Amino acid sequence: MWLYLGKRIVLAIAIIAIAVTLLFLMIRAVPGDPAAVLLGPRATLEMKAQLHQQMGLDKPLVVQIVAFFGGLLHGDLGFDVFSQRPVADIVFEQLPYTIELILVSIFWAVMIAVPLGCYLAIRRNSLVDQVASVVTVATIAIPSFVVAVYVLLIFAVTLRWLPAIGAGNNFRDVLIHLILPAFAIGIGWVGYISRLVRASMLEILGENHVRMARSFGLSEWRIVARYALPLAILPTVTIIGVGIAWLLSSAVFVEVVFARPGIGALIVSAVNTRNYPIVMGVVLVTTFLIVTATTLSDVANAFLDPRTREKL
Amino acid sequence: MVIVSSRLGPNDAAEAGPFGAFLRQFRKNRVGVVGAVLVILIVASAIFAPFVVTHDPTRIMVGPRLAPPSLDFILGTDQLGRDTFSRAIMGSRIPLLAASVSLSSALAVGLVLGLIAGFGPRWLDNLLLLVFDTIRSFPSIIFALAMIALLGPSLASVILVIATTSMPIYARVVRTQTEAQRSSEYIAAERSMGAGTTRILAVHILPNVLGPLMILVSMDVPAVIAVEAGLSFLGMGVRPPTPDWGAILNDGYNYIDRTPWLVIAGGIPIVLATLGFTFLGEALRDIFDPKLRKDL
Repeated sequence: MWLYLGKRIVLAIAIIAIAVTLLFLMIRAVPGDPAAVLLGPRATLEMKAQLHQQMGLDKPLVVQIVAFFGGLLHGDLGFDVFSQRPVADIVFEQLPYTIELILVSIFWAVMIAVPLGCYLAIRRNSLVDQVASVVTVATIAIPSFVVAVYVLLIFAVTLRWLPAIGAGNNFRDVLIHLILPAFAIGIGWVGYISRLVRASMLEILGENHVRMARSFGLSEWRIVARYALPLAILPTVTIIGVGIAWLLSSAVFVEVVFARPGIGALIVSAVNTRNYPIVMGVVLVTTFLIVTATTLSDVANAFLDPRTREKL
Repeated sequence: MVIVSSRLGPNDAAEAGPFGAFLRQFRKNRVGVVGAVLVILIVASAIFAPFVVTHDPTRIMVGPRLAPPSLDFILGTDQLGRDTFSRAIMGSRIPLLAASVSLSSALAVGLVLGLIAGFGPRWLDNLLLLVFDTIRSFPSIIFALAMIALLGPSLASVILVIATTSMPIYARVVRTQTEAQRSSEYIAAERSMGAGTTRILAVHILPNVLGPLMILVSMDVPAVIAVEAGLSFLGMGVRPPTPDWGAILNDGYNYIDRTPWLVIAGGIPIVLATLGFTFLGEALRDIFDPKLRKDL
């Protein structure tokens, strides 16, 4: 177990290190001088030289990479010359909004999807199940930004029931501002998780210990809740860990559509202004989040299921 | 206790050959048929777009600005008075082009790298796996945005990003299948008869790998359409005035408090395309490889 954990952590660190190096080299490999892009066409040579020095671009590449890694270890993601603030400050200021949005989205999705999946497994092949199997695929297929734009049109612009933009100030306000964005992100997950729970539930309901429970005359719901659900929920745990990448991608669009603060909106505006340090900072933080989440869910999975431990 | 055994009916495959059997099985899947019809309509309208459009999709002021749907303008007009229906029809070309170019290049690269990882020495396998995992750990849209920041917004950037991020999954599937085949007895027999690596790869491994791979690719098409439309929704795909689904939706979003029609019309093609390709992909998977369902 400890060996597995150690291996997994080393692998996670290796992945992050490679990702950072790749990204760093990619940004440097781009034709054109980042300083020139930042300063615009009317920059003088002195201005460029000064900015080069400020950004550390005058040193050899290896030194730059080592310095960058050294900074990372201190939580230094670089410096944004536009706003004259450290990149880390800007990114971490926006991150809580995105995390809040993602957590609320996945929370309501799980709350709906797990009971729904159980219900569909019990009523398998009924009309409800057949309709649900089409509807759930549809919710997975339709991109979250289309859902976001449509719910914005219906509930905010036409009916004016819910706010269209921003993130809210006090607790109640924040929740109200989260309804539409969290719906747009979560609805696909309701479909996905309910299918997952249904499938693994059906597999488990066919096993011997469940038949045994049934022969004792326990009700189907009781069997599902007490004996089958703890096992059937496992794939969902893994998927949520891996799915954080998907959640972050949806968050980018949803934040833009609802003009919410967050790292998605931040990177989009940074890309529009070619603000490389911010782009790099957001990519780093999200990569770190994803690798951590994947590692955690792998470890949790290994902890719950010894068979997967052998794979690595 | 009744034991239900599922078996292939002996007559099922014999009657009309493999294709007839496939068609009969496919027709039973009603959702799959709906998907197939949608896909055929979308692909056909993309190919024959110049004959389907009712107006010039890039000409401005063919009608009033932001007009609701009418007989002349089926889906209304946009903020420049262009016909939305014609733009939506013409706009199907970009996502389909992006999907076919990016997925086929991802497939080609993934196939080669996966075969190398599965058949090559152990250290190379480990190295490639690390590369695949690294690429997969970038969040696709955020990675795409970073690449676009570097390369500038264009269709080529979008295609490059999609190809890069979809490749590792194909490579991994190829690798797993290759490893499974590699240690099987018939490969050992083939080897003992003097067959070289190239022959084994081309004659034995490749046909076994291609099936599951094609299903994965077909199921990735809707995701690619979504990414392409999403990026051009953010203004980072094709440049205006080229008609594109994401761009139409973005126009609609920008004028959402003036008219609902443009945003409604902008979303319809994306919804129909993602649904159509998803339903078709699911049906194909159910028929050809029910086992793959478990891995996804």
